[in-house]
Amino acid sequence: MAEAEAQKAAGTAPAAGGTNRREFLASFPFVTTAWVAFTGALAGVGAASLRFLYPNVLYEPPQQFKIGLPTDFQVGEVSTGFKDRFGVWVVRNEEGFYALITVCTHLGCTPNWLATENKFKCPCHGSGFYTSGINFEGPAPRPLERAAISLADDGQISVDKSQKYLFEKGGWDDPNSFLPFSA
Amino acid sequence: MIELLKGFMNGLFQPAIALTLTIVLVSALYKFRRVVTQNKLVASLVVASPLLFFFVSAFDENFWIQFKRPDNIPIAAMMFLVVFFTWFALKLAVDNDDRIRDGRPPKEAEPEEEEKVFVWPDLVYSELLCLLLVSILLVVWSILIPAPLEEPANPQLTPNPSKAPWYFLGLQEILVYFDPWLAGVIIPTFIVIGLMAIPYLDTNPKGNGYYTFEERRSEIFLFQFGFIVLWVFLVFEGTFLRGPNWNFYGPYEFWDPHKLVPLTNVQLSEFIWARWLGIGLPSFWLVREFFGIVLMLVYFIALPVWLASSFLRKYFEQMGLFRYVIFSHLLLWMVLIPIKMYLRWTVNLKYFVAIPEFLFNI
Repeated sequence: MAEAEAQKAAGTAPAAGGTNRREFLASFPFVTTAWVAFTGALAGVGAASLRFLYPNVLYEPPQQFKIGLPTDFQVGEVSTGFKDRFGVWVVRNEEGFYALITVCTHLGCTPNWLATENKFKCPCHGSGFYTSGINFEGPAPRPLERAAISLADDGQISVDKSQKYLFEKGGWDDPNSFLPFSA
Repeated sequence: MIELLKGFMNGLFQPAIALTLTIVLVSALYKFRRVVTQNKLVASLVVASPLLFFFVSAFDENFWIQFKRPDNIPIAAMMFLVVFFTWFALKLAVDNDDRIRDGRPPKEAEPEEEEKVFVWPDLVYSELLCLLLVSILLVVWSILIPAPLEEPANPQLTPNPSKAPWYFLGLQEILVYFDPWLAGVIIPTFIVIGLMAIPYLDTNPKGNGYYTFEERRSEIFLFQFGFIVLWVFLVFEGTFLRGPNWNFYGPYEFWDPHKLVPLTNVQLSEFIWARWLGIGLPSFWLVREFFGIVLMLVYFIALPVWLASSFLRKYFEQMGLFRYVIFSHLLLWMVLIPIKMYLRWTVNLKYFVAIPEFLFNI
């Protein structure tokens, strides 16, 4: 009887269900719980990181934009005004228009248009491109890429950078890569 | 007179001449090592040569503009340190070579050099002193010469010229001559792996723990070729000789962004098909690049085989096939870099093999 009293005082007496507190604690799977919690936390961090890769707002220039009426451009002129906003040069030659993407094909720097030397020149490793976009000096292995160019319904020229035309893949023969001038 | 001299110096710093001169000077340093280390006048001249060059050149206003840029000051200091420590190691090596020739042990093996010191307090004390001195130097430096901070980055506006941090200028220079996947990925990987592989490829115990040159001539020269010519010189070139539009400028030349350098790079295929054979370029890439591919196969497969029976016979016999293959290919990649640079500078060669269809260019 004294023994039962002592057990009661220590909280180890058998409860109504048949297990006392010590047995319950001993049977609780701490290690399993810890691993489950750890895996869960890791998965949560991973999911949050993945979510972080897709921001709510992306400050990216539009891929498709209008650049003005065909008559706004002069023959032989390389328009550098769209470089900052859209990342293209628009070239107007005798026959029409094409849009060159302002990314060097060597390592992705932004070349400069040198009007006096009549070429695009990259300040990083010295690649040079003719007005057509053809690479002729420095290490760039292929010509500049052209963007899709077309005439919108309102008469303005529309450029779509999501469609790229690569010279070495024969893309410059595609009618979408060049907009003939028609007055 | 001075203008003439400056023009002459600008000519000397033309890349092909400057690279050749660097190779010649490094070779001469080791060839005439006795005079360079034992004649006091010659020794002082060699050690002081970078200081003299930068001091005298600083009177030229065009040089001064580039020299005083906060980015470039450490490069000038590095030139002095590299020359001094190369010379200093050579002096210790020559002293030891003399001792070994007399049948004595190298200086490092003398009993009085064998004495051991305690970490505490000897080592920790000098480390503390170094820490204090370097901290003072950095604080004073950063107060005197403010960091070259620029306006916020604009992806549409690349600074002209656009330079990598100084320790990457050598790689940036290599990028001018090679496709990015080679100069940006393969070659840096080979440099790191090659440096790590040195103890496995070179198991000769001579020179361990003491300075020597005569016992390890080709190994030391090979290493110094890679370090001084292909790294330090390229850092110097990228810092002081590359200007707007990544053109070459002499050290006393004004960095005119409109300097017109007529360069029309020619592929090997264009040389062979159009210029020598007089027929146009074949349209199919395998036919077009046939000669370049054969040349590269000869360079990377036939040449090591031939070298194994001639110049590198000793290494082939020491190393065995597997290690020799690794060694010879690391060596050939290293030598390909100056070969390609010379060909670009002299005949405007662009790529040996150029297959833009698969982004494969060598």
